[in-house]
Amino acid sequence: MKDAHAYSHYRDAVIGAVVDLAKEHPEIVFLDADLSSCIGSTAFKKEFPDRFFNCGIAEANMAGVAAGLASTGLVPFIHSFGCFATRRAYDQLFISVGYTHQRVLVIGSDPGITAQYNGGTHMPFEDIALMRQIPGFVIFEPSDIQSLYALTIQAYESGSSCYIRTPRKGSNFRYSPDDEITLGKGIKLRDGKDVGIIATGVVMVDAAMEAAELLKAKGINATVIDLHTIRPLDTELIEKTASECGALLVCENGRYAGGIGEMIASHLATVNPVKMSFLNVGDRFGEVGNLKYLAESFGFTADNIARKAEALIK
Amino acid sequence: MDKSVLQALKDEAFEIRCSTIREIASFGSGHIGGSMSIVELLAYLYYREMNVDPSCPHKEDRDRLVVSKGHSGPAVYATLARKGFFPEEWLSTLNQGGTKLPSHCDMTKTPGIDFTGGSLGQGISAAVGIALGQRVKKQNARTFCIIGDGESQEGEVWEAAECAGAWKLDNLFVFLDLNGQQLDGYTKDIIPQLHIPERWSAFLWDVHEVDGQDFEQLEAAINDAKRIPGMPHMIVMHTVKSYGYIPGEGKEANHSMPITKDGAEEAIEALRKREGRA
Repeated sequence: MKDAHAYSHYRDAVIGAVVDLAKEHPEIVFLDADLSSCIGSTAFKKEFPDRFFNCGIAEANMAGVAAGLASTGLVPFIHSFGCFATRRAYDQLFISVGYTHQRVLVIGSDPGITAQYNGGTHMPFEDIALMRQIPGFVIFEPSDIQSLYALTIQAYESGSSCYIRTPRKGSNFRYSPDDEITLGKGIKLRDGKDVGIIATGVVMVDAAMEAAELLKAKGINATVIDLHTIRPLDTELIEKTASECGALLVCENGRYAGGIGEMIASHLATVNPVKMSFLNVGDRFGEVGNLKYLAESFGFTADNIARKAEALIK
Repeated sequence: MDKSVLQALKDEAFEIRCSTIREIASFGSGHIGGSMSIVELLAYLYYREMNVDPSCPHKEDRDRLVVSKGHSGPAVYATLARKGFFPEEWLSTLNQGGTKLPSHCDMTKTPGIDFTGGSLGQGISAAVGIALGQRVKKQNARTFCIIGDGESQEGEVWEAAECAGAWKLDNLFVFLDLNGQQLDGYTKDIIPQLHIPERWSAFLWDVHEVDGQDFEQLEAAINDAKRIPGMPHMIVMHTVKSYGYIPGEGKEANHSMPITKDGAEEAIEALRKREGRA
């Protein structure tokens, strides 16, 4: 896999992957909804001016136009902030894309509290729950730039529609180009037998890894899983972790209802119920602030994860 | 329009109406009103205008039709069956479990249906995407789309309208079935649809206005529209909801009506008489 370490921000990696794909695949087109400067799809426009379309601030229409384009054999990527890409355009994604079996790859940026200064109106907490309801959609949220690049390439190659839940600004390099990163397969980052911590996304995987160090100092060994692919769920790894650890803490930057924790709990309920605990946004709306403030406000910190993990196995 | 062509189109429209009435009667009820009002347009498009091949319904560079007011499915199916996209026997399976002919047009089920309609407002966005796709693929093909006046209360219609206008999609032809009625009653009593030609003009569309039950006016408008470059085309069709299913004409509750098999034959006889047919 190409080394993605040259990318400065998450947005550069996801758009870079689409541009690289588009060089090989003339059927790829890109639609944005007046946020091309925010995600950097301007780079796609520069490279392929005849295959980029700014739909203006009209996300529902953008999703419908993408469905129409797909029906002619083109493969559209579309982008908006995650809340608008999903909530605002939901019936169009459900009917015009999903129900009709058209293929569209949706990039929803600024997941959960990473929307930071845009505040509560711009924070997608329920996007995973919504996109899960549309049969056929693959959903992933990377925890670093290398995996974002690799999974975007694989999502295209999968032949499915996809929801790509990605931060825009900032960077994090957890993986190298040689690491095995496979769509649909979670990655075990730490091995421990006392408790399993399943985390998704940059904020939660970072905090979970730090929490594992705090737990180790207390003599508790935690397994940490980067569950980048939310759908299809890596049930094999989840079942294995559940049986090895006997207790699971699921950490997600979004809402429990319909989210990752609920997916895992309902799966394990049918095969191997274990003690579980959940960290998510709870029953709250978003609010404005920097990432540090918001992480503390919602309890998305290493301290809180360690505390919940410890409480779970007591 | 040549007189023999006109007569052939009128004959075809009559046959489509008969098939549609019997099709709905086979189930016992259905969306008769919005089906009957677009029959002349369907006959004109499929017999005089669109480049389609019933033996190859997915031909890549074909002209495409999106029936955004997807509840007009019964009339579309009758037209497609007569055109040879599928056997006419299918018409008697309308809305039965396992049918290929559901109430609302569904591209995953019916040969010849180019896009799914029914969740109102969505078809016209897809039509914009299809017309754009034809342009990207450098096809000499056109996209036709039918929307309703009630449907035009959906905000998405206007998102699509401004998008197509901005992108100068002159291979897109949208027909507005302006029959003045919607499910709950008359459009003027619910959310009136006023200044329609002006609205579409303001969104940078080439606008024409016709009697939607008149083949010669339809032909003239479509031919005029084809000569206007750089703008998408709106053909506002003044129509009568349930036109040709006489028991429904002028009725407020004619969106979906029960029709018995005997009632269907009586209605067809009445129409035959009104049109002076032997």
